[in-house]
Amino acid sequence: MIEFEPFWLTFKLAFFATVILFLVSIPLGSWLSKKGNIAKTCVEVLVSMPLVLPPTVFGFYLLVAFSPENAFGGFLDHWLGLRFVFSFGGLLVASVIYSLPFMVHPIQSGFSSLPPSLKEAAYSLGKSRWDTLIHVLLPGIKSSLIAGVILTFAHTVGEFGVVLMIGGNIPGKTRTASIAIYDEVEAFRYGNANVYAVILLILSFVVLFTMYWRNRRTQQVRIL
Amino acid sequence: MIHFDIEKKLHSANGEFILHASGKIDSGAFVSLYGASGAGKTSFLRMLAGLMKPDNGSIWADDIAWYDAQKRIDISPQKRRIGLVFQDYALFPNMNVRANIAFALPKNERSSFVDELLELTNLVNLASRKTEHLSGGERQRVALARAIARKPSLLLLDEPLSAIDHEMRMQLQSTLLNIHRKFKLTTILVSHDAGEIIKLSDRVIHLKDGLMTPLLAPSRMFMSNGDNSILLGDIVEIERTGSESFVVVLLSDRMVRISSAACEQALSIGDSIKLTYDRNFPRITKLESTPSD
Repeated sequence: MIEFEPFWLTFKLAFFATVILFLVSIPLGSWLSKKGNIAKTCVEVLVSMPLVLPPTVFGFYLLVAFSPENAFGGFLDHWLGLRFVFSFGGLLVASVIYSLPFMVHPIQSGFSSLPPSLKEAAYSLGKSRWDTLIHVLLPGIKSSLIAGVILTFAHTVGEFGVVLMIGGNIPGKTRTASIAIYDEVEAFRYGNANVYAVILLILSFVVLFTMYWRNRRTQQVRIL
Repeated sequence: MIHFDIEKKLHSANGEFILHASGKIDSGAFVSLYGASGAGKTSFLRMLAGLMKPDNGSIWADDIAWYDAQKRIDISPQKRRIGLVFQDYALFPNMNVRANIAFALPKNERSSFVDELLELTNLVNLASRKTEHLSGGERQRVALARAIARKPSLLLLDEPLSAIDHEMRMQLQSTLLNIHRKFKLTTILVSHDAGEIIKLSDRVIHLKDGLMTPLLAPSRMFMSNGDNSILLGDIVEIERTGSESFVVVLLSDRMVRISSAACEQALSIGDSIKLTYDRNFPRITKLESTPSD
Protein backbone atom coordinates (compact mmCIF):
# COMPACT_ATOMS: atom_id res chain seq x y z
CA MET A 1 0.00 0.00 0.00
CA ILE A 2 1.35 3.38 -0.98
CA GLU A 3 1.14 5.94 1.78
CA PHE A 4 1.37 9.65 1.26
CA GLU A 5 2.53 10.37 4.76
CA PRO A 6 6.23 9.93 3.85
CA PHE A 7 5.83 12.59 1.13
CA TRP A 8 4.00 14.94 3.43
CA LEU A 9 6.74 14.47 6.02
CA THR A 10 9.47 14.93 3.43
CA PHE A 11 8.02 18.19 2.16
CA LYS A 12 7.38 19.48 5.66
CA LEU A 13 11.00 18.74 6.53
CA ALA A 14 12.31 20.30 3.32
CA PHE A 15 10.12 23.37 3.75
CA PHE A 16 11.18 24.13 7.33
CA ALA A 17 14.84 23.33 6.62
CA THR A 18 14.77 25.71 3.63
CA VAL A 19 13.12 28.52 5.60
CA ILE A 20 15.60 28.22 8.47
CA LEU A 21 18.58 27.96 6.13
CA PHE A 22 17.42 30.96 4.10
CA LEU A 23 17.39 33.14 7.19
CA VAL A 24 20.70 31.78 8.51
CA SER A 25 22.58 31.84 5.21
CA ILE A 26 22.01 35.49 4.31
CA PRO A 27 24.10 36.86 7.22
CA LEU A 28 26.50 33.89 7.05
CA GLY A 29 26.97 34.14 3.26
CA SER A 30 27.45 37.89 3.48
CA TRP A 31 30.08 37.50 6.21
CA LEU A 32 31.92 34.76 4.32
CA SER A 33 31.97 36.80 1.11
CA LYS A 34 34.15 39.44 2.74
CA LYS A 35 37.88 39.18 3.25
CA GLY A 36 38.88 37.33 6.36
CA ASN A 37 41.39 35.56 8.52
CA ILE A 38 42.00 31.93 9.40
CA ALA A 39 38.88 31.80 11.59
CA LYS A 40 36.74 32.64 8.57
CA THR A 41 38.46 29.92 6.56
CA CYS A 42 37.69 27.43 9.35
CA VAL A 43 34.00 28.40 9.25
CA GLU A 44 34.04 28.05 5.48
CA VAL A 45 35.47 24.55 5.80
CA LEU A 46 32.87 23.59 8.42
CA VAL A 47 30.06 24.86 6.19
CA SER A 48 31.39 22.78 3.28
CA MET A 49 32.00 19.59 5.33
CA PRO A 50 28.65 17.99 4.45
CA LEU A 51 29.71 18.01 0.79
CA VAL A 52 32.54 15.54 1.40
CA LEU A 53 31.59 13.73 4.61
CA PRO A 54 29.63 10.46 4.25
CA PRO A 55 26.14 11.08 5.64
CA THR A 56 26.57 8.13 7.96
CA VAL A 57 29.62 9.69 9.62
CA PHE A 58 27.76 12.90 10.10
CA GLY A 59 24.59 11.12 11.27
CA PHE A 60 26.58 8.98 13.66
CA TYR A 61 28.11 11.98 15.44
CA LEU A 62 24.76 13.74 15.62
CA LEU A 63 23.22 10.61 17.07
CA VAL A 64 25.93 10.41 19.70
CA ALA A 65 25.68 14.12 20.47
CA PHE A 66 21.90 14.14 20.77
CA SER A 67 21.64 10.92 22.76
CA PRO A 68 20.15 11.71 26.20
CA GLU A 69 22.80 9.37 27.66
CA ASN A 70 25.50 11.87 26.74
CA ALA A 71 26.28 15.34 28.09
CA PHE A 72 24.87 17.53 25.30
CA GLY A 73 21.77 15.39 24.63
CA GLY A 74 21.23 15.06 28.38
CA PHE A 75 21.41 18.83 28.78
CA LEU A 76 18.86 19.38 25.97
CA ASP A 77 16.58 16.71 27.43
CA HIS A 78 16.82 17.76 31.05
CA TRP A 79 16.88 21.55 30.80
CA LEU A 80 15.07 22.33 27.59
CA GLY A 81 12.88 19.26 27.24
CA LEU A 82 14.19 18.65 23.71
CA ARG A 83 14.87 15.16 22.48
CA PHE A 84 16.36 15.15 19.01
CA VAL A 85 17.02 11.44 18.62
CA PHE A 86 14.34 9.65 16.58
CA SER A 87 12.16 12.74 16.34
CA PHE A 88 11.11 15.24 13.66
CA GLY A 89 13.00 18.00 15.50
CA GLY A 90 16.19 15.94 15.23
CA LEU A 91 15.62 15.41 11.52
CA LEU A 92 15.16 19.14 11.06
CA VAL A 93 18.37 20.03 12.94
CA ALA A 94 20.32 17.41 10.99
CA SER A 95 18.88 18.57 7.66
CA VAL A 96 19.67 22.19 8.39
CA ILE A 97 23.30 21.35 9.10
CA TYR A 98 23.59 18.85 6.27
CA SER A 99 22.08 21.15 3.61
CA LEU A 100 23.96 24.23 4.82
CA PRO A 101 26.46 24.41 1.91
CA PHE A 102 23.67 24.18 -0.66
CA MET A 103 22.19 27.45 0.60
CA VAL A 104 25.34 29.25 1.78
CA HIS A 105 27.46 28.70 -1.36
CA PRO A 106 25.14 30.33 -3.93
CA ILE A 107 24.39 33.22 -1.57
CA GLN A 108 28.07 33.70 -0.75
CA SER A 109 29.05 33.76 -4.43
CA GLY A 110 26.14 36.10 -5.15
CA PHE A 111 27.38 38.58 -2.56
CA SER A 112 30.97 38.27 -3.84
CA SER A 113 29.90 39.03 -7.39
CA LEU A 114 28.11 42.27 -6.44
CA PRO A 115 30.29 45.33 -7.07
CA PRO A 116 31.19 46.88 -3.69
CA SER A 117 30.20 50.28 -5.08
CA LEU A 118 26.49 49.32 -4.92
CA LYS A 119 26.62 49.05 -1.15
CA GLU A 120 28.77 52.14 -0.88
CA ALA A 121 26.40 54.09 -3.12
CA ALA A 122 23.45 53.19 -0.89
CA TYR A 123 25.40 54.18 2.23
CA SER A 124 26.43 57.46 0.64
CA LEU A 125 22.75 58.12 -0.09
CA GLY A 126 22.07 57.88 3.63
CA LYS A 127 20.53 54.41 3.63
CA SER A 128 20.96 52.17 6.68
CA ARG A 129 22.54 48.72 6.44
CA TRP A 130 19.10 47.14 6.70
CA ASP A 131 17.59 49.32 3.93
CA THR A 132 20.63 48.60 1.77
CA LEU A 133 20.28 44.86 2.33
CA ILE A 134 16.54 44.77 1.59
CA HIS A 135 16.37 47.22 -1.33
CA VAL A 136 19.76 46.84 -3.02
CA LEU A 137 21.78 43.77 -2.05
CA LEU A 138 19.12 41.05 -1.86
CA PRO A 139 17.42 42.12 -5.12
CA GLY A 140 20.92 42.17 -6.62
CA ILE A 141 21.49 38.50 -5.80
CA LYS A 142 17.94 37.34 -6.55
CA SER A 143 19.02 34.52 -8.84
CA SER A 144 21.49 33.24 -6.22
CA LEU A 145 18.73 33.25 -3.60
CA ILE A 146 16.41 31.30 -5.87
CA ALA A 147 19.20 28.84 -6.66
CA GLY A 148 19.91 28.38 -2.95
CA VAL A 149 16.27 27.77 -2.11
CA ILE A 150 15.72 25.23 -4.90
CA LEU A 151 18.95 23.34 -4.25
CA THR A 152 18.36 23.20 -0.51
CA PHE A 153 14.80 22.04 -0.91
CA ALA A 154 15.76 19.39 -3.47
CA HIS A 155 18.72 18.20 -1.42
CA THR A 156 16.66 17.86 1.75
CA VAL A 157 14.01 15.91 -0.14
CA GLY A 158 16.71 13.49 -1.32
CA GLU A 159 18.42 12.96 2.02
CA PHE A 160 18.80 9.40 3.24
CA GLY A 161 21.84 8.54 5.33
CA VAL A 162 21.58 11.27 7.91
CA VAL A 163 17.83 10.85 8.22
CA LEU A 164 18.16 7.13 8.80
CA MET A 165 20.92 7.54 11.38
CA ILE A 166 19.26 10.23 13.45
CA GLY A 167 15.59 9.57 12.81
CA GLY A 168 15.33 5.86 12.21
CA ASN A 169 12.21 4.68 10.46
CA ILE A 170 9.18 5.65 12.50
CA PRO A 171 6.03 5.89 10.37
CA GLY A 172 4.47 9.37 10.51
CA LYS A 173 7.34 10.72 12.51
CA THR A 174 10.64 10.18 10.78
CA ARG A 175 9.88 7.97 7.78
CA THR A 176 10.55 10.27 4.84
CA ALA A 177 10.08 9.26 1.21
CA SER A 178 13.65 8.06 0.72
CA ILE A 179 13.43 5.92 3.89
CA ALA A 180 10.12 4.52 2.70
CA ILE A 181 11.79 3.31 -0.51
CA TYR A 182 14.50 1.56 1.50
CA ASP A 183 11.85 0.04 3.75
CA GLU A 184 9.81 -1.29 0.82
CA VAL A 185 12.90 -2.82 -0.83
CA GLU A 186 13.87 -4.54 2.42
CA ALA A 187 10.41 -6.12 2.52
CA PHE A 188 10.73 -7.11 -1.19
CA ARG A 189 7.82 -4.86 -2.19
CA TYR A 190 9.58 -3.64 -5.32
CA GLY A 191 6.39 -2.29 -6.91
CA ASN A 192 5.76 0.07 -4.00
CA ALA A 193 9.41 1.10 -3.91
CA ASN A 194 9.18 1.90 -7.59
CA VAL A 195 6.15 4.17 -7.11
CA TYR A 196 7.95 6.18 -4.38
CA ALA A 197 11.10 6.29 -6.47
CA VAL A 198 9.36 7.47 -9.64
CA ILE A 199 7.60 10.26 -7.78
CA LEU A 200 10.92 11.46 -6.32
CA LEU A 201 12.65 11.12 -9.68
CA ILE A 202 10.03 13.21 -11.50
CA LEU A 203 10.02 15.78 -8.77
CA SER A 204 13.82 16.17 -8.82
CA PHE A 205 13.81 16.46 -12.59
CA VAL A 206 11.13 19.16 -12.57
CA VAL A 207 12.92 21.14 -9.87
CA LEU A 208 16.29 21.10 -11.62
CA PHE A 209 14.73 21.66 -15.04
CA THR A 210 12.91 24.77 -13.80
CA MET A 211 16.10 26.12 -12.31
CA TYR A 212 18.33 25.52 -15.35
CA TRP A 213 15.64 26.75 -17.74
CA ARG A 214 15.28 29.97 -15.82
CA ASN A 215 19.03 30.35 -15.64
CA ARG A 216 19.44 29.78 -19.37
CA ARG A 217 16.93 32.52 -20.11
CA THR A 218 18.33 35.09 -17.72
CA GLN A 219 22.00 34.06 -18.23
CA GLN A 220 22.83 34.98 -14.70
CA VAL A 221 24.98 33.11 -12.20
CA ARG A 222 26.16 29.61 -12.92
CA ILE A 223 24.59 27.49 -10.24
CA LEU A 224 26.41 24.17 -10.27
CA MET B 1 33.02 74.98 4.32
CA ILE B 2 35.04 71.78 4.25
CA HIS B 3 38.29 71.76 6.15
CA PHE B 4 40.55 68.75 5.93
CA ASP B 5 44.00 67.70 7.01
CA ILE B 6 44.44 63.98 6.61
CA GLU B 7 47.13 61.37 6.14
CA LYS B 8 46.81 57.93 4.66
CA LYS B 9 49.29 55.29 3.57
CA LEU B 10 48.38 54.18 0.04
CA HIS B 11 49.70 51.63 -2.42
CA SER B 12 50.26 52.49 -6.04
CA ALA B 13 52.03 50.86 -8.99
CA ASN B 14 55.22 52.62 -7.88
CA GLY B 15 55.02 51.33 -4.32
CA GLU B 16 53.80 52.71 -1.03
CA PHE B 17 53.45 56.40 -0.37
CA ILE B 18 51.81 58.65 2.19
CA LEU B 19 49.03 60.86 0.94
CA HIS B 20 48.96 64.08 2.88
CA ALA B 21 45.95 66.17 1.95
CA SER B 22 45.16 69.44 3.62
CA GLY B 23 43.11 72.40 2.57
CA LYS B 24 39.93 74.36 2.87
CA ILE B 25 37.09 74.49 0.38
CA ASP B 26 34.54 77.31 0.62
CA SER B 27 30.83 76.58 0.54
CA GLY B 28 29.46 76.63 -2.97
CA ALA B 29 32.88 76.36 -4.61
CA PHE B 30 33.53 74.13 -7.62
CA VAL B 31 36.95 72.57 -7.14
CA SER B 32 38.71 70.17 -9.50
CA LEU B 33 41.18 67.59 -8.33
CA TYR B 34 43.90 66.99 -10.86
CA GLY B 35 46.74 64.50 -10.86
CA ALA B 36 48.24 61.43 -12.48
CA SER B 37 46.84 57.93 -12.21
CA GLY B 38 47.42 56.41 -8.80
CA ALA B 39 48.06 59.79 -7.17
CA GLY B 40 45.31 59.08 -4.61
CA LYS B 41 42.47 61.18 -6.01
CA THR B 42 39.80 58.50 -5.61
CA SER B 43 41.13 57.60 -2.16
CA PHE B 44 40.86 61.24 -1.14
CA LEU B 45 37.19 61.38 -2.21
CA ARG B 46 36.50 58.09 -0.43
CA MET B 47 37.98 59.47 2.78
CA LEU B 48 35.79 62.57 2.56
CA ALA B 49 32.78 60.31 1.96
CA GLY B 50 33.60 58.08 4.93
CA LEU B 51 34.14 54.98 2.78
CA MET B 52 37.84 54.85 3.65
CA LYS B 53 39.36 55.69 7.01
CA PRO B 54 42.36 58.03 7.08
CA ASP B 55 45.32 57.01 9.27
CA ASN B 56 45.45 60.38 10.93
CA GLY B 57 44.09 63.92 10.90
CA SER B 58 40.65 65.47 10.72
CA ILE B 59 37.82 66.41 8.38
CA TRP B 60 35.41 69.16 9.37
CA ALA B 61 32.32 70.24 7.46
CA ASP B 62 30.57 73.44 8.62
CA ASP B 63 31.76 73.04 12.23
CA ILE B 64 30.78 69.40 12.39
CA ALA B 65 33.58 66.85 12.77
CA TRP B 66 33.21 64.07 10.20
CA TYR B 67 36.51 62.58 11.20
CA ASP B 68 38.94 63.41 13.95
CA ALA B 69 41.61 60.88 14.83
CA GLN B 70 42.48 62.52 18.16
CA LYS B 71 38.89 62.80 19.35
CA ARG B 72 38.14 59.35 17.93
CA ILE B 73 35.33 60.69 15.78
CA ASP B 74 34.52 58.88 12.53
CA ILE B 75 30.92 59.36 11.52
CA SER B 76 29.37 56.99 9.02
CA PRO B 77 28.89 57.83 5.32
CA GLN B 78 25.12 57.88 5.96
CA LYS B 79 25.45 60.88 8.27
CA ARG B 80 27.88 62.92 6.17
CA ARG B 81 25.38 64.40 3.70
CA ILE B 82 27.48 63.73 0.65
CA GLY B 83 26.49 62.97 -2.91
CA LEU B 84 28.99 60.68 -4.56
CA VAL B 85 29.08 59.84 -8.26
CA PHE B 86 31.19 56.72 -8.70
CA GLN B 87 33.46 55.99 -11.65
CA ASP B 88 31.31 52.97 -12.52
CA TYR B 89 28.12 54.94 -11.62
CA ALA B 90 26.93 52.15 -9.24
CA LEU B 91 23.31 52.38 -10.38
CA PHE B 92 20.95 49.88 -8.77
CA PRO B 93 20.17 47.34 -11.51
CA ASN B 94 16.92 46.19 -9.88
CA MET B 95 15.39 49.67 -10.12
CA ASN B 96 14.43 51.79 -13.11
CA VAL B 97 15.72 55.31 -13.63
CA ARG B 98 13.01 56.99 -11.57
CA ALA B 99 13.31 54.47 -8.73
CA ASN B 100 17.08 54.92 -8.60
CA ILE B 101 16.61 58.64 -8.05
CA ALA B 102 13.59 58.29 -5.74
CA PHE B 103 15.50 55.82 -3.56
CA ALA B 104 17.89 58.62 -2.62
CA LEU B 105 15.19 61.07 -1.50
CA PRO B 106 15.33 61.97 2.18
CA LYS B 107 12.26 60.78 4.10
CA ASN B 108 10.30 64.03 4.19
CA GLU B 109 11.18 65.20 0.71
CA ARG B 110 8.33 65.71 -1.77
CA SER B 111 8.42 63.26 -4.66
CA SER B 112 8.03 66.05 -7.22
CA PHE B 113 11.73 66.71 -6.64
CA VAL B 114 12.39 63.52 -8.62
CA ASP B 115 10.48 64.98 -11.59
CA GLU B 116 12.44 68.17 -11.27
CA LEU B 117 15.71 66.25 -11.38
CA LEU B 118 14.57 64.08 -14.29
CA GLU B 119 13.85 67.23 -16.23
CA LEU B 120 17.08 68.93 -15.25
CA THR B 121 19.16 65.96 -16.38
CA ASN B 122 17.06 65.41 -19.49
CA LEU B 123 15.89 61.95 -18.41
CA VAL B 124 12.09 62.38 -18.49
CA ASN B 125 11.66 60.05 -21.46
CA LEU B 126 13.85 57.37 -19.88
CA ALA B 127 12.24 57.45 -16.42
CA SER B 128 10.77 53.96 -16.60
CA ARG B 129 13.79 52.32 -18.30
CA LYS B 130 15.94 49.79 -16.50
CA THR B 131 19.45 51.11 -16.04
CA GLU B 132 21.10 48.23 -17.92
CA HIS B 133 19.55 49.52 -21.16
CA LEU B 134 21.08 52.98 -20.85
CA SER B 135 24.13 54.40 -22.62
CA GLY B 136 27.17 55.62 -20.68
CA GLY B 137 26.08 59.25 -20.82
CA GLU B 138 22.56 58.40 -19.69
CA ARG B 139 23.84 56.34 -16.77
CA GLN B 140 26.06 59.19 -15.82
CA ARG B 141 23.09 61.56 -15.69
CA VAL B 142 21.09 59.12 -13.55
CA ALA B 143 24.03 58.83 -11.13
CA LEU B 144 24.26 62.61 -10.96
CA ALA B 145 20.51 63.10 -10.42
CA ARG B 146 20.54 60.40 -7.73
CA ALA B 147 23.45 62.01 -5.89
CA ILE B 148 21.64 65.36 -5.86
CA ALA B 149 18.29 63.84 -4.80
CA ARG B 150 19.92 63.15 -1.46
CA LYS B 151 20.29 66.94 -0.96
CA PRO B 152 23.96 66.74 -0.08
CA SER B 153 26.08 69.51 1.29
CA LEU B 154 29.08 68.20 -0.65
CA LEU B 155 28.99 66.69 -4.13
CA LEU B 156 31.89 64.39 -5.04
CA LEU B 157 32.38 63.44 -8.67
CA ASP B 158 34.94 60.73 -9.35
CA GLU B 159 35.91 61.16 -13.00
CA PRO B 160 32.30 61.03 -14.10
CA LEU B 161 33.04 62.14 -17.64
CA SER B 162 36.07 60.01 -18.45
CA ALA B 163 34.26 57.14 -20.17
CA ILE B 164 31.99 59.24 -22.35
CA ASP B 165 32.44 60.37 -25.94
CA HIS B 166 33.35 63.91 -26.67
CA GLU B 167 30.00 65.34 -27.69
CA MET B 168 28.16 63.82 -24.75
CA ARG B 169 30.89 65.09 -22.50
CA MET B 170 30.27 68.66 -23.65
CA GLN B 171 26.55 68.29 -22.92
CA LEU B 172 27.19 66.84 -19.50
CA GLN B 173 29.60 69.60 -18.64
CA SER B 174 26.79 72.07 -19.29
CA THR B 175 24.42 69.99 -17.15
CA LEU B 176 26.99 69.97 -14.35
CA LEU B 177 27.36 73.74 -14.57
CA ASN B 178 23.58 74.25 -14.51
CA ILE B 179 23.24 72.01 -11.51
CA HIS B 180 26.02 73.76 -9.71
CA ARG B 181 24.48 77.16 -10.33
CA LYS B 182 21.00 76.02 -9.32
CA PHE B 183 21.80 74.16 -6.10
CA LYS B 184 25.02 75.97 -5.16
CA LEU B 185 26.53 72.70 -4.00
CA THR B 186 30.12 72.56 -2.88
CA THR B 187 31.54 70.28 -5.56
CA ILE B 188 34.78 68.37 -5.97
CA LEU B 189 35.41 66.94 -9.42
CA VAL B 190 38.20 64.50 -10.20
CA SER B 191 39.32 65.13 -13.76
CA HIS B 192 42.28 64.56 -16.05
CA ASP B 193 41.04 66.95 -18.64
CA ALA B 194 42.54 70.42 -18.45
CA GLY B 195 39.86 71.85 -20.76
CA GLU B 196 37.11 70.46 -18.59
CA ILE B 197 38.71 71.80 -15.44
CA ILE B 198 39.03 75.28 -16.90
CA LYS B 199 35.45 75.24 -18.15
CA LEU B 200 33.87 74.04 -14.93
CA SER B 201 35.83 74.91 -11.86
CA ASP B 202 36.72 77.95 -9.79
CA ARG B 203 39.74 76.33 -8.22
CA VAL B 204 42.09 73.42 -8.88
CA ILE B 205 44.05 71.21 -6.54
CA HIS B 206 46.96 69.29 -7.99
CA LEU B 207 47.77 66.03 -6.25
CA LYS B 208 51.35 64.97 -6.85
CA ASP B 209 53.77 62.69 -4.99
CA GLY B 210 51.29 62.39 -2.14
CA LEU B 211 51.04 66.12 -1.60
CA MET B 212 48.42 68.68 -2.50
CA THR B 213 49.14 72.06 -3.98
CA PRO B 214 47.22 74.98 -2.49
CA LEU B 215 44.01 75.83 -4.32
CA LEU B 216 44.78 77.74 -7.49
CA ALA B 217 42.68 79.32 -10.18
CA PRO B 218 42.65 76.91 -13.16
CA SER B 219 44.19 79.54 -15.41
CA ARG B 220 47.17 79.80 -13.09
CA MET B 221 47.55 76.07 -12.77
CA PHE B 222 47.75 75.44 -16.49
CA MET B 223 49.49 78.62 -17.59
CA SER B 224 52.15 78.91 -14.99
CA ASN B 225 54.90 80.05 -17.36
CA GLY B 226 53.28 83.43 -17.75
CA ASP B 227 52.64 83.00 -21.46
CA ASN B 228 49.07 84.10 -22.10
CA SER B 229 48.84 82.73 -25.60
CA ILE B 230 48.53 79.07 -24.57
CA LEU B 231 45.48 77.21 -25.76
CA LEU B 232 44.47 73.77 -24.51
CA GLY B 233 42.68 71.23 -26.62
CA ASP B 234 42.35 67.65 -27.82
CA ILE B 235 43.44 65.98 -31.03
CA VAL B 236 40.26 64.83 -32.77
CA GLU B 237 41.59 63.86 -36.17
CA ILE B 238 44.85 63.30 -38.02
CA GLU B 239 44.64 63.86 -41.80
CA ARG B 240 47.18 62.83 -44.41
CA THR B 241 46.93 64.27 -47.90
CA GLY B 242 49.84 63.41 -50.17
CA SER B 243 53.08 64.41 -48.56
CA GLU B 244 51.42 66.79 -46.10
CA SER B 245 49.68 65.89 -42.89
CA PHE B 246 47.51 67.87 -40.54
CA VAL B 247 46.13 67.52 -37.06
CA VAL B 248 42.67 68.76 -36.19
CA VAL B 249 42.58 70.21 -32.70
CA LEU B 250 39.41 70.82 -30.77
CA LEU B 251 39.77 73.93 -28.64
CA SER B 252 37.06 74.82 -26.15
CA ASP B 253 34.53 76.03 -28.71
CA ARG B 254 36.07 75.55 -32.15
CA MET B 255 38.27 73.27 -34.21
CA VAL B 256 41.45 74.25 -35.94
CA ARG B 257 43.46 72.43 -38.60
CA ILE B 258 47.19 72.79 -38.22
CA SER B 259 50.08 71.32 -40.19
CA SER B 260 51.67 68.49 -38.26
CA ALA B 261 55.02 70.22 -38.72
CA ALA B 262 53.93 72.13 -35.62
CA CYS B 263 53.90 68.96 -33.53
CA GLU B 264 56.88 68.42 -31.28
CA GLN B 265 56.25 64.71 -30.91
CA ALA B 266 54.10 61.95 -32.37
CA LEU B 267 50.47 62.42 -31.43
CA SER B 268 47.41 60.28 -31.64
CA ILE B 269 43.70 60.95 -31.58
CA GLY B 270 42.43 61.76 -28.11
CA ASP B 271 45.71 63.26 -26.85
CA SER B 272 45.37 66.43 -24.80
CA ILE B 273 47.68 69.10 -26.10
CA LYS B 274 48.93 72.58 -25.47
CA LEU B 275 48.95 74.94 -28.45
CA THR B 276 51.36 77.84 -28.29
CA TYR B 277 52.51 80.43 -30.80
CA ASP B 278 56.20 81.00 -31.05
CA ARG B 279 56.97 84.02 -33.26
CA ASN B 280 53.68 83.43 -35.07
CA PHE B 281 54.43 79.76 -35.73
CA PRO B 282 52.12 77.29 -33.99
CA ARG B 283 53.66 74.64 -31.74
CA ILE B 284 51.76 71.66 -30.37
CA THR B 285 53.02 69.91 -27.24
CA LYS B 286 51.41 66.91 -25.63
CA LEU B 287 50.22 67.47 -22.05
CA GLU B 288 51.73 65.17 -19.45
CA SER B 289 48.49 63.85 -18.05
CA THR B 290 47.04 60.61 -19.29
CA PRO B 291 43.34 60.35 -20.06
CA SER B 292 42.77 57.24 -18.00
CA ASP B 293 43.08 56.25 -14.37
